[in-house]
Amino acid sequence: MTPMVSDPEAPAAAVAADVRRAERTDRVVSLVQRQGALAVLVVVVLVATASFPNFRSFDNAATVLVAAAPLALIALGMTFVIITGGIDLSVGSLYVLGGVVSAYASQWGVLPAFLAPLVICGLVGVLNGILIAYTRMAPFIVTLAALLGARGLMRAISDEGSTTYLVQSDAFRSFGTGSFLGIGYPVWLVVVVFALGMVLLARTRFGHSVYAVGGSEDAAALMGVAVRRTKVWVYVMSGLLAGLAGAINAAKLGSGVTVLGIGLELDAIAAVVIGGTLLTGGAGTITGTIAGVLLLGVIQNMINQVGNVPSSYQQLISGGFLAVVVVAQTYLAKLRRVT
Amino acid sequence: MALLEVVDVAKEFPGVRALDGVSFALRPGEVHALVGENGAGKSTLIKVLTGVYQPDGGELRYRDEPVRFGTPMDAQRAGISTIYQEVNLIPLMSVAHNLFLGREPRTRLGLLDEGRMYREAGEILRRYGVTTDVRRQLGTLALGAQQMVALARAVMIDAKVVIMDEPTSSLEPREVETLFGVIRDLHAQGIGIVYVSHRLDELYRICDTVTILRDGRVVHTGKLAELERIRLVSLMLGRDMSAVRREGFTGFTGEHATAADAAPVLEVTGLTSRHKLHDIGFAVRPGEVVGLGGLLGAGRSETIKAIGGAYPVDSGTVAVGGKELKRPTTVRAVRAGIATQPEDRKAEGIVPGLSVRENIALAVLPRLSRFGLVSDRKIDEIVRTYMDRLQIKASGPDQRVGDLSGGNQQKVLLARLLATRPRVLLLDEPTRGIDVGAKAEVQSLIDELAGEGLGVVLVSSDAEELIEGADRVVVLRDGAVVGELRGADVTTEALLETIAAAAVVEDSGDQ
Repeated sequence: MTPMVSDPEAPAAAVAADVRRAERTDRVVSLVQRQGALAVLVVVVLVATASFPNFRSFDNAATVLVAAAPLALIALGMTFVIITGGIDLSVGSLYVLGGVVSAYASQWGVLPAFLAPLVICGLVGVLNGILIAYTRMAPFIVTLAALLGARGLMRAISDEGSTTYLVQSDAFRSFGTGSFLGIGYPVWLVVVVFALGMVLLARTRFGHSVYAVGGSEDAAALMGVAVRRTKVWVYVMSGLLAGLAGAINAAKLGSGVTVLGIGLELDAIAAVVIGGTLLTGGAGTITGTIAGVLLLGVIQNMINQVGNVPSSYQQLISGGFLAVVVVAQTYLAKLRRVT
Repeated sequence: MALLEVVDVAKEFPGVRALDGVSFALRPGEVHALVGENGAGKSTLIKVLTGVYQPDGGELRYRDEPVRFGTPMDAQRAGISTIYQEVNLIPLMSVAHNLFLGREPRTRLGLLDEGRMYREAGEILRRYGVTTDVRRQLGTLALGAQQMVALARAVMIDAKVVIMDEPTSSLEPREVETLFGVIRDLHAQGIGIVYVSHRLDELYRICDTVTILRDGRVVHTGKLAELERIRLVSLMLGRDMSAVRREGFTGFTGEHATAADAAPVLEVTGLTSRHKLHDIGFAVRPGEVVGLGGLLGAGRSETIKAIGGAYPVDSGTVAVGGKELKRPTTVRAVRAGIATQPEDRKAEGIVPGLSVRENIALAVLPRLSRFGLVSDRKIDEIVRTYMDRLQIKASGPDQRVGDLSGGNQQKVLLARLLATRPRVLLLDEPTRGIDVGAKAEVQSLIDELAGEGLGVVLVSSDAEELIEGADRVVVLRDGAVVGELRGADVTTEALLETIAAAAVVEDSGDQ
């Protein structure tokens, strides 16, 4: 309390206790909001470990991680986009396009196989970002157009999917299939990218601009945040990460497969939201997104372990999780406002 | 030498000449009051000074050099910071992050130094009387504390000029004192302050100079101490001084004719909500204005919200016209005839992106619709009626409400409430942040509505408004009723005494 407060001791102490209690509730609620997905993930993993003897094997864990790698990268970009209050629907298409381009470019070596999809998907991201930030068009519409455009471009390159580009470079191929310490290279790459992403979001001015733009665009602008530049960058990042995910997948499968990846943008959005990021923007964490991605991956894996359950049940269960998370978030937000 | 100066500035919007040859100079260490009615051009002038708008004509000079601020950031970098009437920070981010956004301390690696940030934020905010955990989300703080964070932020960047737009509108008296302490510090450091407020007491306490705007022109500028209060008001309004004197400072006319034995239209009994409200009870008769008095945090807004069904209660009843509301929700309350005007107009009242027409029609849609369909003609009729009656100044029913002045936004909100034909009107700070002219209009409207037999509950931090507007004042403290003022007892002194006396009684009870 300030020195000028003349309130007698007793009520002041009661008020202070009230404030402390409110602050404590606030901290607990915010912890649940941020790390709820992680807690659920731990529970699901424990259940899976107890129920399926094969689940706890190291190989299976490695399989889960490798399978989750592309989605993880896309969800990382999506986390930044959603925190700014936007959405990027183009990433599923960009992921496929990136895979095809990467397979095609692998004839010139490993480096082009990585760079070509990054350049192309990054450019689409720039276009998305500029349209959204400078013309103030709705992100939903702009990226929906990009989704259709990228899909069309992919179809054109692959002659309606009839031409399959095989990965020509053995070195690139071995990146996709090889492993270090028993864990596939793609997973290591994802780990490094996520570490960078976490530092970027939590510990740099850019990261805080991302939160500020999503929290209140007008206030952010008045506080001197470069709103438009921040928006352009998150869509560029999202595009780049989708391209990288495509390249990894091409390396893993040995070709640019044109049918995968449809609807992947929705899985990414689901993972991000399950991870506790607010779809309305302004709050979210990358650890939450990791938990969300792994949760979807583990559920898929469990269903595979059961064996005779159709895999469409995975979507049903993920959908259920998503609904629960959204309800829980709404409840927590309300709890927080009252305290 | 002027620190910041505009010379003969003009700014035009489609159909409006917002600034017309305005000149204004701020000297170092000066606290300069900028006053004027709705639409007088205050906001526009501030926006020109801070780089939000570019002037169409004239010159902006800063430290005797012509300048051009392309964006608010340009102005901020030059040392001109602004705190806005409505807190313009990011509610979802932590207090410390809001304070440092864009100029966070960094480590040698270029990463944010959060430890240092939290430490420094705590130290800085203590000087402003804010002792909360700086890691908390800003949005979970009380409005006053948020305003203090905004002020701390504005002063932190090596500001040469600080522009304050209605800085006290959400502060409680103690916080106002803290603010004035900060202003005196800034004054001593030679920082120029532009102070915009509708509270005359504050202006005369803290400001050296005054510039009065009316209809986009400067009508007076000079030492504030040499300007009589009544003259200030008449210059602002462009009204005859004797008329102002006769009508008083508020638009209220005095007592309302209420039959003392009439059955109450609103009866509240035993309203209790964990930590916030304790056994609140009072009654309002038709045609009566009952004020809720007390300090900020006494439970006035919570009471209003609880009656309107927007605040969770543990027990207690609300009855309208003798009929008890079962488990009040906002929908049931509206159906029963309770209309609530929330405290935070921007967040809980108007929909800024929609037109005047849509905003007014929002609440009447359920009443007007038949089989889910609504007649456009009927809506137009209602909208026209209320736009006329409340004298809403808009280019037409289709203008965006977000583009209207604060006073007119408030009138749109009232129009919406009235269109539901309520029996009880709950008003929480109906004149906050609106200029003197619109304030008087709103006040006389409240009078008029009570005259038509509505029961009105009025919450206001403006003691004058509460005393002159209300027939009775129920005084709250710490969420409980501690007294009631009636008839000749409804005076500012009695109000303060009741609040103070209540405090004394409670203290002795505790010991």
